[in-house]
Order: sequence, then C-alpha cells, then structure tokens
Amino acid sequence: MNLRSIKKLALMPVIAVCSLAVMTSAAFAQWEPKKPVEFIIMAGTGGGADQMARLMQSIIQKNNFSSQPFIPINKPGGSGAEALRYLQDKSGDDHVVMITLNSFYTTPLQNPDLGVDISTFTPIGRMALDTFLLWVNSDSDINTLDDYVMQVKSKGKDWKMGGTGQGQEDSLLTGMLQNKFGFEVTYVPFPGGGTVAKNLIGKHIDSTVNNPSEQLGFYEAGQSRPLVAFTPDRLEQFPDVPTSAEVGHPDLVYFMQRSINGPPEMSAEAQAYYIDVFSKVFNSEDWQGFCASDGIFCNEWLAGDDLATYHQAEKAKHEELLKGMGLIN
Amino acid sequence: MTTRTAEMLMAVVMGLFSVFLMWKSAELEIGWIPDEGPGGGAWPFWLSAIMLLCCVVTLFRWWRRATPESRSTVQFMDKNTRRINYITVGSLVALLVLTHIIGIYFSIFLFLLFYIRFVGRHSWLLTGILSVASPVFLFFFFEAMLKILLPKGYSEPLFYPLYQIIY
Amino acid sequence: MEILDALLQGFATAITPQNLLLMMLGCVIGLFVGAMPGLGSVNGVAILLPVTFLVPPTAAIIFLAAVYYGAMYGGAISSIMLGIPGASTAVATVFDGRPMAMQGKADFALVAAAVGSFVGGTISVILFTLFAPPLADFALKFGPQEEFALMMLAFATFIGLGGDDIPKTLFSIAIGLVFAAVGLDEISGRPRLIFFDLPGFYHGINFLVLAIGIYGIGEILWTLETSQGEVKVSQASFTAKRVLEAFKKLKQSTLTILSSSFLGYFVGILPAAGATPASLMAYGVAKTMAKDPDSFGKGNIAGVAAPETANNAASTGSMLPMITLGIPGSPTTAILLGGMIIWGLRPGPLLFVNNPEFVWGLIGSLYMANLFTVIINIAFIPLFVSVLKLSFTILAPIIFVLCIVGGYAPTQDMHDVWLIVIFGVVFYLLRKLNYPVAPAVLAIVLGPLTERALRQSLVAERGDVMTFVERPLSATILFLAVLLIVLPAIKMMRHRKKREAAAEQDGL
Repeated sequence: MNLRSIKKLALMPVIAVCSLAVMTSAAFAQWEPKKPVEFIIMAGTGGGADQMARLMQSIIQKNNFSSQPFIPINKPGGSGAEALRYLQDKSGDDHVVMITLNSFYTTPLQNPDLGVDISTFTPIGRMALDTFLLWVNSDSDINTLDDYVMQVKSKGKDWKMGGTGQGQEDSLLTGMLQNKFGFEVTYVPFPGGGTVAKNLIGKHIDSTVNNPSEQLGFYEAGQSRPLVAFTPDRLEQFPDVPTSAEVGHPDLVYFMQRSINGPPEMSAEAQAYYIDVFSKVFNSEDWQGFCASDGIFCNEWLAGDDLATYHQAEKAKHEELLKGMGLIN
Repeated sequence: MTTRTAEMLMAVVMGLFSVFLMWKSAELEIGWIPDEGPGGGAWPFWLSAIMLLCCVVTLFRWWRRATPESRSTVQFMDKNTRRINYITVGSLVALLVLTHIIGIYFSIFLFLLFYIRFVGRHSWLLTGILSVASPVFLFFFFEAMLKILLPKGYSEPLFYPLYQIIY
Repeated sequence: MEILDALLQGFATAITPQNLLLMMLGCVIGLFVGAMPGLGSVNGVAILLPVTFLVPPTAAIIFLAAVYYGAMYGGAISSIMLGIPGASTAVATVFDGRPMAMQGKADFALVAAAVGSFVGGTISVILFTLFAPPLADFALKFGPQEEFALMMLAFATFIGLGGDDIPKTLFSIAIGLVFAAVGLDEISGRPRLIFFDLPGFYHGINFLVLAIGIYGIGEILWTLETSQGEVKVSQASFTAKRVLEAFKKLKQSTLTILSSSFLGYFVGILPAAGATPASLMAYGVAKTMAKDPDSFGKGNIAGVAAPETANNAASTGSMLPMITLGIPGSPTTAILLGGMIIWGLRPGPLLFVNNPEFVWGLIGSLYMANLFTVIINIAFIPLFVSVLKLSFTILAPIIFVLCIVGGYAPTQDMHDVWLIVIFGVVFYLLRKLNYPVAPAVLAIVLGPLTERALRQSLVAERGDVMTFVERPLSATILFLAVLLIVLPAIKMMRHRKKREAAAEQDGL
C-alpha cells in the first residue's frame, strides 16, 4: 500500500465532513468540478485578459462561487494559436475554460493550418466589451477627427501609428480607418498597450488606438488627448469625447470581446455550471465596479447559444476586415 | 571515438542543423523590405548563416589541426563516463515518459528510488525517506501553496480526495 | 522638507503590525519561490496577486513588494548552491557563484549576494525617493532606437565572456539568438520557426529552458563525469567569524558594489530593459574595470556581488516607470501594474498627487523590505549551505527533479521539459568540445529585445539605418558601447607589452 492510500484512509472522516459541507452549500447544482479548473488565458502575464482572469479568480474565491479554485495559466504563444490548439486538444474535458481576446476570431482565420474551428468550442459567457479611442499627444494641434484625417493625409507614410502587432485589434481598427478615409500610415508594433501609450507620450509615434485603461493615467495628467470613441455611446470617463456616430461615421464601431469559452464537447452539465458561476461573477459588485472604472462595457450578459450566435457574427465581421487589409484572401 | 573525430562530427552535425534552420527561416521574407527594414525571416536566417560559417571554419581548423580538440587522440568519453551518462540520461528519459503516463509524482518516486538506491548505493531507509518525501513536498509546495498544477496522467483520480482537503 | 515628511509618513504606514507581518511573510515566501529553479519573482507575484484583492491596496503592494524582493534574493541562492539560475536576472551570478560554492566558499558568495542586494536596493530606493519625477521624464525619451543602442551596450559589456576559440564563441552567440527568434515574428504577426508543427514552439524557447538545460542537466552530467559520482564539497561550518571574514573580503569590492547600484538603477528605470540586462552589464563592467579580469569566472567575489547588486537596484528602478508612467519595466512589474489597476489605483503621472499614502507607503516598505530580506537571508545561509554537504548521488537526482518540475511550472507544458533534457545533453557535448555555453544563454535573453528594438526603429523610420546615430541619446549609448569593446582590447595590448617588457628585464 502506498503512502497516498494510507493518507486517504486516515483522512476519510475529514473528507466526509468536507464533501457534506460542499453538498449542502450547492445543493441545487448537480455538477461540481472534481479538481481545480484550468483557466487558460490566450495572452501573456500583465495584459488586459490576464488582469481580468486574475480578478475573476479572486472574485470566485472570495465569494465561494466554486468549491474548486480556478487556476490561471498563460498561453500567449502565436497570438493565441497555442491556447486555441490546447483547448481544441482538451476536447471533452470538463475542467478547463478560456478567456478570449478578438484573436479568438482572427488567429484561426489567419492560420488555417491550425485546424481550429471556434464554432465547435463550448460558449459560456461574455464578460465584457473593451472599448477603443483614437489618441494623440496633447502637444499636437489636432483636436478633432477631421483635423486628424487632414494631417495624416498630408503626412502619408511618415505618420506613425502605434499598436500591439499586425493582426491585433488595434491594427484592425487602423485598417478600418485607412479604408474609410483612404490614407496609408506606417504601423509600428510594440509589445503591449502600455508601451504603446508611453511611446505616444514620448513622441516616438504620432497616434494610437488605445483602450481607456492604457491611457487614462496620461489623460488625467493632461499628456494625451482622445479624439473620438469607437463606441455607440459616450464613455463615462470621457464625457466630452464624441462617438464616431456623432462625427458622422456610425460604422466606425469596434469592440474587443472578453468571453469565457470551454473546449469542444464539454458536457452540458458542466457548461450549465460554468454559466452559473460566471454569471454570478458578472453580476458581482467587484466586477461591475472594475468595468466602470476601466471604461469597459459590461451592461449585457450573453451566455450559451446567444454567445455562439454572437461569435458567428463577429467572426464574419473579422473575416471581412482581414480581407479588406489583405491579411487573408 | 577519439576527441578529434568527435570534433569533426559535431561540426558537421551543427552545420547541417544550421542549414535546416536557414531553410526553416526562409518560410518568411529574409530580404530587406523597402520602407520597412528586414523581413520576418531575416534575423534567424542570417544568424543561422553565421552558425554555418562558424562550423565551416571549425572544420577547416580541424583539417589544419589548429585547435587542441582537433589534435587530441584521447577517447572522447571513457568507459566509466559513458556508463554513468547512459544511466543518467536513460533514467531522465524514462522519468519524462512515465510522467505522461502515471503522472509526475509517481514518476519522481520511482526515479529517486532507482537513482539513490541503485546508482548511489545508499541505504534503503534513506532511499525510502527521500523518494517519498520529495513528491509529497512538491505536491504541497506547488499545488497547495502556489496553485500550479503538475501533470498527473492516469493517476489523476487518486488526487480528487486530496483536492477536497487542500482547497 | 516635503519629501522627508512624506517619507516618514510612509515609514509609519509600513510599520503598522499588520503590514510588518505581511512584509516578513512576503520575504520568506519570495525567498523560497526564488530559490526554486524555474520559479522567480514573476511566479511569486502572479500567484499571490489574487490573494491581495482581499486586503487594502497599501497592504497588498507592501506584501507583493516583499515577495518581489525576497524572490530576487532567492534567485541568487539557486545560482550559487545548485549552479542553476532560477531566473534570468540571476544568470550572471552563476558565473562566479558556482565556482565559489565548489571551492567551499558558498557562504561567502551568499553573503556577497545578500549584502550586494541590500546595498543596491537601498541606494536605488534613495534615488527613487529623491528623483522620481525628473527620471520619469528621462525614461519617456527612450524610444526603440535607444533600446537598441542599450542592447548593443549590453552585448559589448560581456564581450570578454567567451572562450579563446572565436568561431565556437560566435557559434554559441548565434545559436542563442536564433533560438530567441522561435515563436512569433512580432512585426508581421506571423508564426516563425515552428519546428515540425509542434504547438509547444508557439510560445518560443524560453530562456529558462536553455538555462536549466545547460546549467541543470548539462552541468550535472559534467560534474558526474569529472568526479565519477563522488563529489563532496568541503565546507567549513558557518559561524559568525566566517561572516566577518566574508565582510572583510567584500570590502575590497566596495567600488564595484557602488557602481553596480547606480548602473542597475539607471538601466532599471528604462522601460524596456529591466533587471536582466542590468545584471549582465554590471558583471561585464566589473570584469572590465577589475585589476584581475582573469580571476572572473573562477570564483571572484566581486563577480557575485556585481550582478546581484545591480539586479536588485534595477528591480527597484523598474518600479519607477510602473508608478509614474503606468508602464512595466519587467514582467513582474507588469503583474503588479495589473494589480494596481484592479485595486482601483491609476498608475500614471498623477499617482504621486492623488494617492500619496499609497506611493509613500510603498517607498517606505521598500526600505523596510530590503532590511528584512537581508536579515532573513543571512539567517537562512547555514540551512542552504548544509545542502552542499549531501553526497552527490543524492544531490544530483534531486537537482534533476527540481529541473524537471521547475521547467514545467512556468508554461505548464511538457514540451519544454523535453527540450530541457535535449538541450542539456547537446550542450554538454558541445561543452566537452570547448564550445563556450554562457554566450548562448546571454544571447537568448537579449535576443528578443534586440531584434524587436531594431525592427521597430526601422519600421518607424521607414528603413532608414541612420536613425540610430541621428538621435543624440542613442548615438551616445552606441558610442559607449564601442568604447567598451575597444577598452579591453587596448588594456590587453598594454598588458602584453608590459609582460614583454618584464620578460625582457628578467632576461637581462
């Protein structure tokens, strides 16, 4: 008999008590994870998705939403390719979920060899929509989108737009702007949104499309200026910044979704369990407070099949965008 | 095999490896893209080319017998070294293969048992203590304290009761 | 004396019983996490971050800062005792730390690391206290061109680390740089060098994989060969007398420690650099400036003190861009930054104004955490040293196990563990044939930073190579790099001349 089984015997009474406690606290949920849940992040440590995953982990822990912990694991390789492939290979596993970026759509489109079809993944819930604004250094004399377009057109390829990499959300938005206004800029990739923001303030680049959270610190210090928000409604933090529709371009709207998805063929019970856990997280005060302070939209909860429909629409939209930029054919 | 032969073989193998790297890098643009600088494959391609060049120079120096290694006719690895290397590398590979099957904790137990008892020839008591204590310590350090899951293979269900306790 | 008032306030925050306890706990946890090969401050901070959402932000940052410091000290422990750099910041510590341990002077090396870290950390906190805002402006001036120049400077500082066989040294550097390119081409966003379509290559070849392979597996094979299984390191017992002796020895390195502190701090505040280049540069500079450069790599105490001083100074330094600009100087600060955002703080130029109690609490706790870690660390030295008394046939398998587990933990992928074993064996064979291996490890650390900075600059300037010398800041740094390459060469020539002259005199 090995050590572990001896231990098991010795701890039997403890287990009995523990499992009793678990059973009573969640009497109505039939399915419970039997081991810690792997919480895959398709981006590196320190980024937006990583922050959110770790916040969710602590909300789950603090409020006892789950008997087993959620353990964040970063798989940033190949703009999420590694994470997608990992989830695909975990087909049928009930103990793994993933938080996404928009590379959830773009990476499989750009790498057909990956053999990943996101429509087979198990949709759980959409936690947030990240927003984007167009930023310039506050020393520049550009104040409106029209000024901006004029300036960029006169500078042409000498105009430097910072972003986080070809095929990433900000590059798609840049592509949208280029197609819309018919200019062409030089797109300079940096390793993260914060670095992009800093390079704008240091005047190493001329404009960016950052998330509010990446620029807020500089904005409050009066070092950067938002020109337009790519959202249907004005943002709470920037009441004076017009939306794209207000300046006459209602089609310039772009979000980054942050949703939770499981591997293909997850059992229906497990899916229901995770939907329940994450809807509780979504409705918690901590989560809503975080969204409000970071300029993220967390108004509408989408789960299960609704999320799958949303994914299909977004995927089609991204396919269009990538084609328009010549990144796929 | 003499050190001189090993020197030549290594340079040839590494040279071939460099060519492989160059070929693989060439999947992306290796030239200069106007207005943009070097393409995505340029950095690894040209560095692999430098690797290849170094191997060629090493071979040339081998032929000229210019380095101590290329002149040395002592055995590259003596019998004892070969023996301990085969045992060590072999048991490491076994440890990894077993990790995929029965999980890391039981594999470590077996690995330590083998190495301490049969390679190190230490007493059964010491062997037993170390090979049991190490995986147990690792489990509590990684899974309970740091919340890092280590691979468990088919031994996973044995851990369910432990999870109930530590979380 | 506005700063002094604020600082005193900060100390008051830091030494409330709750915060003091958190700090001690953080130091100890950090020390052990850092001492585990493969795990470093990044893991320590990432893992403990969610715990901190349950306490007030000031207490949370104090705790995490203590973990950060503890882990930085801890990294030196595995470098010295096991010869495996636990984190990239401790690579340079292996060069002299390991030989010292083999000579039975592990305790000296550990004291040097602890004291160096303490001095580096403290000087850097003082600089931080006095000059935070103006230095933040300086950090903003750093664009990709300057980053590239800085990397060139880093390469220049360790030019002397290679062996005497030039083609083999060059080969080692090149292979490290190519391995660094595996994964993703950041500029075009396309996958690159994905060998045999294995998904494990998408996350690239982490520095740790190569370092654990070479210094863990490879080094042990090497030791097993040379000793045929029977190494025992002679080790005097660790007494107060030994500590005093260690201090006396360290005194000769005062200048090295001081210059490494400043160097570390300034490199640390630069947004892209962080503690790893800082420690490498400090080692290189210490070697270049030393009277006896040949003794480096063979157990020179200054070779342990310099990188350890610099990496601690730099990790404090890298908090500056995090707090004042909201951008991380290192992976660890990236996580701390995420934490601050979730705690509801807004890192940026206004943090000093809006949340002074937080900022000064943090600064106060940095002073305290430094003091604690050095005390705790020295207290643990006897424990660590006793590890070396184990017979090698016990130590070797345990190190193997730590390598395997530590290689798995950061990415949680068995792919990396297999690579560790393969690299271990291949680089052991290369080393037997007199290929130097340290340059490969350094190259894989600096490679990604260098290529990125180079190509970003070129993309931004539309392929104009002159951009590197047209910008005054980058031109200055590049000039320094050239100087560093030329200086040792001149020194060597002089040395040779002197020797020849001496030989002539002897002849007479």
